[in-house]
Amino acid sequence: MGREHGAKSGAVLVVGGGVAGVQAALDLAEMGFHVYLVEKSASIGGAMARLDKTFPTNDCAL
Amino acid sequence: MISDNYNEDLAITRAPHKDYPQAVPASFYIDPKKCLFLNYETCQICIPTCQAKAIDFSQKEERLDLSVGAVILAPGFGRISDKVLARYGYGHFPDVVTSLEFERIMCASGPSRGEIIRPSDGKHPQKIAFLQCIGSRDITSGNGYCSSVCCMYAVKEATVVKEHAPDVDISIFYMDMRTAGKGFDASRQRARDTHHLRFIRSRVAEVRERGDKLRLSYADSEGNHREDDFDMVVLSVGLESPEDAQSLARTAGIKLNQYDFCDTKAFLPLDASRPGVYVAGAFQGPKDIPESVMQAIGSAAAAAEILREARGTEVIRKEYPSEMGIAKEPRIGVFVCHCGINIGGVIDITEVAKYAQTLKDVVFVDDSLYSCSQDSQKVIKDAIKEHNLNRVVVAACTPRTHEPLFQETLRDIGLNRCLFEMVNIRDQCSWVHAHEPEEATSKAKDLVRMAVAKARLLYPLPEQTVPVIPKALVIGGGIAGMTAASSIAEQGFECFLVENSAQLGGNLRRLKTTLTGEDPGQLLNEVEARVRNHPRIRVYTNTQIENVSGYIGNFASTLSTETGSEVIEHGVVVVATGGREHRLNKYLYGQSKHVLTQLELEEILSAPEKAKKINEVVMIQCAGSRGDDLSYCSKLCCGQAVKNALRLKELNPAASIYVLYRDVRTYGFMEDYYREAREKGVVFIKYEKENPPVVMPNDDKITVEFMDVLLGEKVKLEPDLVALSVGIVPNEVEELAKLLKIPLNQENFFLEAHVKLRPVEMAVSGVYVCGLAHSPKPIDESIGQARAAAGKACVPLSKGFVAVEPIVSSVGKDKCIGCGICESLCPYKAIHLIKVDKKKKAETITASCKGCGICAAHCPTLAISMGGFTNEEIMAQIRAFGQC
Repeated sequence: MGREHGAKSGAVLVVGGGVAGVQAALDLAEMGFHVYLVEKSASIGGAMARLDKTFPTNDCAL
Repeated sequence: MISDNYNEDLAITRAPHKDYPQAVPASFYIDPKKCLFLNYETCQICIPTCQAKAIDFSQKEERLDLSVGAVILAPGFGRISDKVLARYGYGHFPDVVTSLEFERIMCASGPSRGEIIRPSDGKHPQKIAFLQCIGSRDITSGNGYCSSVCCMYAVKEATVVKEHAPDVDISIFYMDMRTAGKGFDASRQRARDTHHLRFIRSRVAEVRERGDKLRLSYADSEGNHREDDFDMVVLSVGLESPEDAQSLARTAGIKLNQYDFCDTKAFLPLDASRPGVYVAGAFQGPKDIPESVMQAIGSAAAAAEILREARGTEVIRKEYPSEMGIAKEPRIGVFVCHCGINIGGVIDITEVAKYAQTLKDVVFVDDSLYSCSQDSQKVIKDAIKEHNLNRVVVAACTPRTHEPLFQETLRDIGLNRCLFEMVNIRDQCSWVHAHEPEEATSKAKDLVRMAVAKARLLYPLPEQTVPVIPKALVIGGGIAGMTAASSIAEQGFECFLVENSAQLGGNLRRLKTTLTGEDPGQLLNEVEARVRNHPRIRVYTNTQIENVSGYIGNFASTLSTETGSEVIEHGVVVVATGGREHRLNKYLYGQSKHVLTQLELEEILSAPEKAKKINEVVMIQCAGSRGDDLSYCSKLCCGQAVKNALRLKELNPAASIYVLYRDVRTYGFMEDYYREAREKGVVFIKYEKENPPVVMPNDDKITVEFMDVLLGEKVKLEPDLVALSVGIVPNEVEELAKLLKIPLNQENFFLEAHVKLRPVEMAVSGVYVCGLAHSPKPIDESIGQARAAAGKACVPLSKGFVAVEPIVSSVGKDKCIGCGICESLCPYKAIHLIKVDKKKKAETITASCKGCGICAAHCPTLAISMGGFTNEEIMAQIRAFGQC
């Protein structure tokens, strides 16, 4: 990656693409880090993408 | 045809599919477990069928070696085993479903398109039972812990059923209602009262089939055996650790706890056992969406702390094409969304689209199943290019959530994002007129016509940015404030930490132990030393915030210190003003020396020789909370009572301890300590809100009288001490809230920008909240939230600029008469008078302007216009209403 030997990497690995993983990835990117977001299933969203609505406001989960 | 995992196997799909229309990435994939070619080397029908020639069976698994500076683990949770579910008839009786299956059954995009039907015969159930704690709080299932989310989702699912079908009879069988989060108790009560939900405190022993019904047997709260028949049973399944937790732990080199969740410590809730590895979400312990989001932001902050020198070294910046010039003549594209059946089930979308084609200057119309999906963005982009569109109208859901997505699509193709207008035909048509499809369709046409009339007059607005002072102000020096300051400084930014009392530490100073055995004193010393010695942190004690002016990126605050006033400049503010024990005028508190709060008892228990003399204690939970003095649940008192009870039992095993409670809310792994307390002989007795215990003076002693429901009689005790769980109130913050122009809720806790998805941000940009100022919570959650607030605060600090929404006001200087009405009315101090050629003229401070339009509405000469909402645009929209 062209980094000097011993210098810290500016990249972060996020394991899991549910709401927590996606949120962490978005914030890290906003903070100036390169993110590898790894999800084992075919699309991100995790359990939250299967919810109809959310408590207590009954907002759409997607 | 194969079963559809996304729909909990309640529907069928094909081997090549995508999980749901809005799935990201949007491409189809082939399920390798079900594909006939991959398993039996036959079929391959998909290859010639795919016109895009996108199917390539020669692809092989690739191994990638990535070099990273930190790892965040967020693998989520697993499912409770079928073996445990089978005890309740799952797998034997088709109408026993899990709550996740029920979620899909209720969902408009689910297998029954949102119609609530029984899997066995497709009939509408008239009587539904929810069974709580399935696979939770049950050591026989291997899970001793509480899953922390099921009470809330059961109430939600019950509410949704009632909204679909008000006559359905719903019973929720529960052990304790653990709706402990911010505003959760109020929502549960509202749901119970509006929808007449029945809450039955009992663990169901058995589910049997009886004809086409399901018979439940259970013991009621008086201990009587009862049976009742239901059409459908929903199992509120708990959150299991992820199936691959152990292999993930081995790969990542981290420790798991006894339940195979990630092992963390109370004071480092986001740190896995290996340095540089952090955890967020349910893998750290069962938790709901807002808590998961908080931990996610917090773990991002933690990674940013250790990698601050490498920040920005590996980023790839997104480049937008330069904006294309637009022709004078409007060329409008209209895109109408079905939103599955959410809109399309009521409104005749084809008719709306056909109608849009007849409108002046509309040169392209399309309708799509989901306009927010990735494919639809491509359709919009292609149409803009092909038809030279210079205005785009989308008729779909709400701009509140989806406008930014479409505006981004416009930017991607080089069209100014302000050439966009959105029509909300979901909330305003298909939802509110669900039972009048024709009228809903006709209203949708009206709204589209009005939007097109406005869109004709839209013009490009410039993107504006404001520089950010890379410093933070943290208000409050308790554990939340100190944690936030420390994280901001470690992320590389200067920080002012302001505490109004003489010393740092707040409530942490009074804590002697934690439930999990950590030493709060040691934490205090370590964190205090860290913030006091940090080169980038300046600590102010005995200091008040006198004034705050400015806006995100450019705040100036006046501090009143012991030596005088000081003005500091900073880009962001973190509010960590904390809370304290509530003081109440009940249960002889303040009148009898035998009546204490839990914190005062904790103090006594820290002196073992005193503690050993205590032989009998009665603890009264919710003393002042949950509808008494305070309307809400304080979340941490149950854990605190269990902690003190266990501590006393340790010092004096013979002591008798009675805990009088309404619901024991030891959620998550705290449940283990609740069980331990019962095993060690601590007696827990439930009381009803209407019939609270009574504490009476009795010469030099006290008497506690309460109703024991199981015995069916009144009990009198003469304990040495009564410990009251008094709940938490926020510190006085009304003045500060006014200075920062941020809202408080009814109970004077700060109101976050979005309960679920923006749990540490405030309505005012650049201001963040954490700790007890947000809501009552235990120390580990305060620490996690503080790191999250620090994470969000460092986003503008590390970017160095903020982008301003282009909808701000602007003043036509030639029309302005300098009357100053706008300046006096603006709630954000965002418009002021300046001298131009010796005449007074108004001028907008772009970065402070929120685009509310008060100034424009009150300007007597119509000199002020709002970006994207000019008088001409709005008038054209209104005129179009009458032109059907």
